Amino acid sequence: MVILETTHLTRTVDEKTLVNDISIQVERGETLSIVGPSGAGKSSFLRLLNRLDEPTSGTVLLDGADYKTLPSGELRRRVGMVLQSPYLFPGTVAENLRFGPRQHGKTLPEDRLRHLLRQVGLESYAERDIARLSGGEAQRVSLARTLANSPEVLLLDEPTSALDRTAEAEVESLLGEIIAAEGLTCLIITHNPEQAVRLSRRSMLLEAGKLVKIGPVEEVVHA
Amino acid sequence: MLNEFFKDQLWLGVFQAVVTVVLALVVTLVGRWWKIHLEKEVVIALVRGIVQIVIVALVLVALLKGPELVAIPVLLGMIITASFVSGRRVKGVAGSIWVSFYGIGFGAGLVILLMVLAGVIDPALTSVIPVGSMLIANSMNTCAQALERFASDVKAHTGQVEAGLALGAAPAEIVTPYSQLAVHSSLIPRIDQLSSLGIVWIPGLMSGMLVAGTDPVYAAIYQFSVITMMFASSGLTSVVAVLLVQRRVFSPAQQLLLRPGAPTAPSKKDRAA
Ligand SMILES: Nc1ncnc2c1ncn2[C@@H]1O[C@H](COP(=O)(O)OP(=O)(O)OP(=O)(O)O)[C@@H](O)[C@H]1O
Ligand SMILES: [Mg+2]
Repeated sequence: MVILETTHLTRTVDEKTLVNDISIQVERGETLSIVGPSGAGKSSFLRLLNRLDEPTSGTVLLDGADYKTLPSGELRRRVGMVLQSPYLFPGTVAENLRFGPRQHGKTLPEDRLRHLLRQVGLESYAERDIARLSGGEAQRVSLARTLANSPEVLLLDEPTSALDRTAEAEVESLLGEIIAAEGLTCLIITHNPEQAVRLSRRSMLLEAGKLVKIGPVEEVVHA
Repeated sequence: MLNEFFKDQLWLGVFQAVVTVVLALVVTLVGRWWKIHLEKEVVIALVRGIVQIVIVALVLVALLKGPELVAIPVLLGMIITASFVSGRRVKGVAGSIWVSFYGIGFGAGLVILLMVLAGVIDPALTSVIPVGSMLIANSMNTCAQALERFASDVKAHTGQVEAGLALGAAPAEIVTPYSQLAVHSSLIPRIDQLSSLGIVWIPGLMSGMLVAGTDPVYAAIYQFSVITMMFASSGLTSVVAVLLVQRRVFSPAQQLLLRPGAPTAPSKKDRAA
């Protein structure tokens, strides 16, 4: 079943078309990787999906409904995003995890908090100040913070590219486990073809804002 | 002592202006040596300053003979001009001039009105215009400072702000810390002004009153009241301006519009929005 669909999605800024007429469909529970050279418009495309940027034309359908009919806060709870850098809020790890649910008038239950921390391998970190986290730990907190909102779709913009080798492998394998365990629908930008193969079955290739190819990951990344 | 060389007061003035302008230019050149390029801005400001103040002096002399209601258009004109000065300081925020206008108009305007009604400010033109202009000028500086601080803090934290948006947070909630800091920091000069009153700073108003033979204790207390009003009008201005600008850095769909490298001048279209 299609959960997310883009129809002729386009964004033009100052006469430059960053995202050019992209129409794709994403199945519920599927992971789709997004690849392409630097400056191809991968981040620009992803930012349109939770409406952090406004499409110039075209739109996104979430569960069949035009996302412009949803309040932005609600849309972004359902379509979560993890960025290249974690950008945690000052305070403790637990406070960061509680932030999302609080925005929607909910309190993150304690057992859910512990479950999330266990999922990202940081059981004992709840009261740790975020200033005392390593890069890999911070990125895992950022992932848990997004998951705390129970999103239906997870957008990941090069979530491991700012990390060193060891941390990258660690975060990637955690990510794979969580996606499988939760049956999440996921769109992940990566510049690493091996990562695309490990995490996704299907992939799309962008170049200069255009969708060049979409299909089985092996065919797209090893073309 | 200079009076002996300049029989005509006007030539004394010209001489004083030339000396101070040379001083200002030297300071500007020192900045240039340190790669701080203020030349153009300073020269324009100097020319504008001298032309404006001379014209205003002449106009004021004429106006002060008029009815008290003349104060309203004069002060309104000052508020509008102050809005342009403050609004232009803030780059990348659409409608910053309007934000400044509401902030300064509300802050200084309300304080002037209330204080005239309460009998603190004498409605005579010779009193309400100079005191009003001091309040407006202080509100203007505070407004520019608050807006600039807010905008630069948001620009410096785009990652954090967008991380908050991506979690579904409301824009006002996310930028609250930057708003609080902007208001707070913009008022520090006003508080310093109060606490340094008389020690580091003997304002011109009081000096004038003393020269004119006013009772010194009254002159001092009145001066204190004026500085206190400056704090009040600046505080209101800062709060109103920051509350308004908060909403302008986001689109209706809660997207962050203010980014590093965002367009510098607000377009007409944006201002109307
Ligand atoms: N707000 C903007 N205004 C104008 N141009 C922009 C804006 N944001 C991005 N761009 C440009 O759009 C193009 C696509 O950028 P984008 O960040 O989407 O690429 P990317 O595929 O994610 O690249 P990378 O792999 O380096 O992250 C780039 O040329 C970039 O300079
Ligand atoms: Mg990118």
